[in-house]
Amino acid sequence: MNQRINKHPIIDIPLRQKIKFFYNGKEFFGFEGETIASALHAAGITKLSESIKHHRPRGFYCAIGNCSSCFMRVDGKPNVKTCVEPLRENMVVENQEGRGSII
Amino acid sequence: MIHTDILIIGGGPSGLCAAIAAAKSGAEVMLVERSQYFGGQLVKQTHMFFGSEKQYAATRGFDIGKKLVEEVKNSDNIKIFHSTTALGIYEDGVVTLEQKFESEEIYLKVQAKSLIVTTGALEKSLPFPNNDLPGIYGAGAVQTLMNEYLVKPGKRVLMVGAGNIGLIISYQLLQAGVEVAGIIDASPRIGGYLVHASKIRRSGVPIFTGYTIVKAEGTDHLEKATIAKVDQHWKPIPGTEKEMNVDVMCISVGLTPSSAFFWQGGCEMEYVRELGGYVPKRNRYLRTTVGNIYVAGDSAGIEEASSAMVEGSIAGLAASHDLGFVYEGYNREIEELLQELEGLRGGEKGIHIRRGYNKVGF
Ligand SMILES: Cc1cc2nc3c(=O)[nH]c(=O)nc-3n(C[C@H](O)[C@H](O)[C@H](O)COP(=O)(O)OP(=O)(O)OC[C@H]3O[C@@H](n4cnc5c(N)ncnc54)[C@H](O)[C@@H]3O)c2cc1C
Ligand code: FES
Repeated sequence: MNQRINKHPIIDIPLRQKIKFFYNGKEFFGFEGETIASALHAAGITKLSESIKHHRPRGFYCAIGNCSSCFMRVDGKPNVKTCVEPLRENMVVENQEGRGSII
Repeated sequence: MIHTDILIIGGGPSGLCAAIAAAKSGAEVMLVERSQYFGGQLVKQTHMFFGSEKQYAATRGFDIGKKLVEEVKNSDNIKIFHSTTALGIYEDGVVTLEQKFESEEIYLKVQAKSLIVTTGALEKSLPFPNNDLPGIYGAGAVQTLMNEYLVKPGKRVLMVGAGNIGLIISYQLLQAGVEVAGIIDASPRIGGYLVHASKIRRSGVPIFTGYTIVKAEGTDHLEKATIAKVDQHWKPIPGTEKEMNVDVMCISVGLTPSSAFFWQGGCEMEYVRELGGYVPKRNRYLRTTVGNIYVAGDSAGIEEASSAMVEGSIAGLAASHDLGFVYEGYNREIEELLQELEGLRGGEKGIHIRRGYNKVGF
């Protein structure tokens, strides 16, 4: 599922550099200048983690770093706010379960 | 420890204008913004702005932001920090900052003679069963995704809230090629401007007033929403439920001023419904009860970009003036700005806001 906007009456769609990253071991592509959550969303991935107690699916909510609903493990580091974390080449992004252990 | 005359927290329209105004007198200004970009809410606004001529009405929001950012960058007295979040104010007035570089964070401490807080607003949410499912997003999030990252939030959207923001975002969704199944609002009347509402209706999107959201359903993502009519106590009326197959629900039920720094700083606070929640008391020059903390924009009370810009300029001029910096045009400019603000809040439309501001002056 591709959710990219390809034409828009007001916004010019810029040509952007493609960025490769890994999500749960699989190769994905996003664009320079976007966040991890937006690249995943564009690829149809909206469940980013599970709630700690009841394992309910969690996606992003505010998309500006306010609510902590979008935590994922990034390059081994837990609790990264993926809605504001810029996407970088070869990033390793994983679903996080619970609070996110350090090792 | 970094020392500066004036620290401004938040690089939206009010913070940018505050920086420009404060730097006019030669004061050293530091402006910090949490996001990678300056411009705050303006960055996401693709529509023509309503507001006075002077405050760029009929200019698209993101273009206004760009102009202000240029002006800030051209000033030698303003140091700007993006990707930098202010974390807290300590008793001695020191503000701690977290700056992000790639995946590293560095922590900074700032000792400023005065502080202008222009942190904008937070979105309100709504309680209903399964309101935490992926696919249910705040209005700001939907806008950010579409207009900043050029990603559609989904295929078919239920908009909850028919205020200006809900109406405008619905229209932006249509522009992005996303279907809007409908707009609901619990209140019996549409809260937003009628021009926006008729534009939406003409595009074939139904607006259901007097309806609320009852529940959301889906396994890993939203699949269905149930709405129902409300009685005069805002309770759903059994038998009036309607089911809608939507994969996105956009919650646009209003904003509340972001007030954390005022509480931490010890400012006297007041709950003012007309302004969206708790706000600090302030004088006409936007100085709070803590002498060296000023407020402007949505964090002073939910309003509009036009008034946020004027307030920013007032707070910026006043803060540097109060520190003893001399700017020749001060008296004339600040009077003009105060009048402009009065104009923006004038007439029928401004009654509500004026009532709110009358409660917070000192
Ligand atoms: C959909 C929509 C349509 C709108 N249309 C109009 C319109 O047509 N006309 C109009 O006049 N107004 C309009 N507005 C309102 C207008 O955008 C806001 O009133 C205005 O942006 C408020 O400016 P501000 O600077 O106070 O806050 P914001 O624009 O919210 O900026 C606050 C900034 O502070 C930053 N920040 C917050 N906390 C921290 C922290 N701890 N550290 C560092 N930085 C921080 C944020 O990242 C943000 O950039 C609209 C708003 C929306 C959402
Ligand atoms: S979605 Fe709210 S912090 Fe990321």
